[in-house]
Amino acid sequence: MSASTAAPPADESTERRSWLSGPAGRNVGLVVALALICVAGVITGGERFADIDNVVTILRAAAVTGVVAIGMTFVIISGGIDLSVGSVLGLTGVWATTVATQTMAEDLHWLVMVVTALAVGVGAGLVNGVIIAYGRVVPFIATLAMLASARGLAEMISNRQTQRVDVAGFTDFFDLDPLGVPMLIWIFALVAVAGWFLLNRTTFGRRTVAVGGNAEAARLAGIKVKRHTLYIYGLSGLAAGIGGVMMLGRTTAGTSTNGVLLELDVIAAVVVGGTLLAGGRGTIVGTVFGVLIFNTLTNIFVINNMSTSAQSVAKGVIIVAAVLLQQRFANRSRST
Amino acid sequence: MPPSGEAAGTTARPPLLRMEGIVKHFPGAKALDGVDLDVLPGEVHCLLGQNGAGKSTLIKVLSGAHQPTAGRILIDDAEVTIGHPVAALAHGVATMYQELDVVDGLTVAENIYLGHELATGGFTQRREVARRTREILRRLGHPEISPHREVGQLPAAGKQIVSMARALSHDARVIVMDEPSAVLDSGEVENLFRVVRELTAQGVAIVYISHRMEEIRAIGDRITVLKDGRTVGRNLPASTPTRELITLMTGRAVEYAFPRRTGVPDDAPVVLDVQGLSLVGAFEDVSLQVRAGEVVGLAGLVGSGRSEILETLFGARKQSAGTVSVSGRRLRPGSVPAAVAAGVGLAPEERKSQGLVLDEAVYRNITLSTFARTAKGGWLDERAERRVARQQAEALDLRPRDVDRAIRTLSGGNQQKAVLARWLVHGCDVLLLDEPTRGVDVGARSELYGLVRALADNGTAVLVVSSEIPEVLGLADRVHVVSDGRVVHQAPAQEIDEHRVLDLVMEGSVA
Repeated sequence: MSASTAAPPADESTERRSWLSGPAGRNVGLVVALALICVAGVITGGERFADIDNVVTILRAAAVTGVVAIGMTFVIISGGIDLSVGSVLGLTGVWATTVATQTMAEDLHWLVMVVTALAVGVGAGLVNGVIIAYGRVVPFIATLAMLASARGLAEMISNRQTQRVDVAGFTDFFDLDPLGVPMLIWIFALVAVAGWFLLNRTTFGRRTVAVGGNAEAARLAGIKVKRHTLYIYGLSGLAAGIGGVMMLGRTTAGTSTNGVLLELDVIAAVVVGGTLLAGGRGTIVGTVFGVLIFNTLTNIFVINNMSTSAQSVAKGVIIVAAVLLQQRFANRSRST
Repeated sequence: MPPSGEAAGTTARPPLLRMEGIVKHFPGAKALDGVDLDVLPGEVHCLLGQNGAGKSTLIKVLSGAHQPTAGRILIDDAEVTIGHPVAALAHGVATMYQELDVVDGLTVAENIYLGHELATGGFTQRREVARRTREILRRLGHPEISPHREVGQLPAAGKQIVSMARALSHDARVIVMDEPSAVLDSGEVENLFRVVRELTAQGVAIVYISHRMEEIRAIGDRITVLKDGRTVGRNLPASTPTRELITLMTGRAVEYAFPRRTGVPDDAPVVLDVQGLSLVGAFEDVSLQVRAGEVVGLAGLVGSGRSEILETLFGARKQSAGTVSVSGRRLRPGSVPAAVAAGVGLAPEERKSQGLVLDEAVYRNITLSTFARTAKGGWLDERAERRVARQQAEALDLRPRDVDRAIRTLSGGNQQKAVLARWLVHGCDVLLLDEPTRGVDVGARSELYGLVRALADNGTAVLVVSSEIPEVLGLADRVHVVSDGRVVHQAPAQEIDEHRVLDLVMEGSVA
């Protein structure tokens, strides 16, 4: 039979390929890319780049994008896209810093602000999910609509004013730095680890990959695809909510302009991290690397006093280069 | 136009198109093994044959989509090479495929001139294109269709006219029509015939593929019958009796090895009970029962509604009327999870697009319906999943055994085994198999047959659909014959033969 005769050689080649084209192998490319960027940083910035304080600066700047990107990774693996994360992040921050919320937080506990932000994020995400899963609107359009509406709602609530965070407990918490590491970085790390477990070790993660890999096969295997899609956008909203809280911790103010164009950085990081835009494949580790690559690059440009315009050009080049490399890998692993 | 029947006597005219000894090999399969076909100018030449006889491959060779391994193609007595689809058009051969190949968002004129737009310096000559389009449509007897109409707004029959007009825009002298009546209702079929008669009167030759005898009688001039990639009847008159044609079409070179039937005890409980199931536009009033340990087959041609019946009783489509019960309990209509929870499993027709997550590991495909059950509080138990998958790989002789490789790398037969394994792990009372051996080589087929029989012997109720009638007859205990969305006959498998089934589906389908 043809299957039995063809098997042994194919077996060998998968053995050889497995670590390079497997999830770990794809991340090797990202490690190399990040290392090269760091070398460039040391050469151009020297001491100012290779300094522990500077590393903390990079990570702290990467934290908000990183947390939102973890949520986005799930959305993209499932075959969708969420353009609304930046606006939703802005809305959660504004909602959490209204006079009403802050008064309640003063009376009860500063966590009221956090819970408010997370609830608003999840709510916006679930609205996206309902429209996409049950209204059968393509994710691009549904979340584009949310991008506009959430930003508008944030402006209406805040009246386009900056809302200072006056709850001492809240600001104190974000000033903490256990083991010398700022709170924002801890949260990023925590969310990344939780995201990794959720994707790789739970039924939720398995369903996400199955739905993105082949939604029809998943449906015919008995998976509730619509409900799962709803949850995924809820999760992305939650990540945007956490990002909103972190933004408040970093800037100590809620404004309707928080997170403008954040969705582009987030999607770029996820895609550069090796997640297939068509769905079905992606890793949390890759996304973390994607975020770090962009933020390290930004840091180098800042250290060398280079223009933000040049940064943007470099970002574009990196996105294209990363995707071209991915396609090479994808073709190679399919041809066998 | 010469009346049908008389055409056989007009062979004195030189053939317009002649195919001689066409052979086409695919890796591991001989699709065509010596086909002869000659087509006269102005005739309707019907091509008959069962699914898998080689009709589609022959058309693809003629339209330049496939290159023949051996054989000659002559047009006007001159040998030609048809290397690609554009070459076929240049030689005056146009093909209308079964799936209407028009672009809904473009206008009628844009569709007709798609790929050979008239342009000067990159600007399309809209006026000239519209004029020529009107001329072609007039020739087809449809001056009422505006060249500027969007094709998506036309009914199926209108789209077919556009498809035909495209063939004429290439000055086609031979037009291949692959089951053109499949998408049409009876009034539209009449119009199609009228157009075909007008075209043949102008000297255009039509190669017409259809399973419907009454159509062949109505417009056919001569018939060529294919079986197992060979021409078994050439240039027969259209008046050839149906029984004679069916005898030519049946009887296979490929031997199927079917497992022995073990017999279903009379007191075996009815597991799957379908009553008056209907889906508007697909099938009507289907009732059937499958008992524990029984294999029931649905025989019928492609498009007869067989797959839709399976998908509906699995909940993947929502019926417009009727009920489906499993072990006496009614299933919620249109809900796959409800069917799965009740112990129904489906191995779908399109294995790759409906059955498998191709980039995922074999074991994850096997446990796709059960990973949530093995999981503890939402946490996957991958060790248990791998263990279960390995057991199945062993039991079903999955090759290779490695359950961690991507399922994409497995052969068709082994992929199908993985889909079956999924439902074995899940533990089904009812197993629905849609074209279980499509794309599976002969050796692996008999293994699959054995597997299906073993499942039934363990008390599973199996309902199987296949376009290959011998497969249904050999595998099933009882057979329902489906034609145009209705069950037209049912009988124990031993009491019915391929001949009778074909007779039922070909004569029984009134357009």
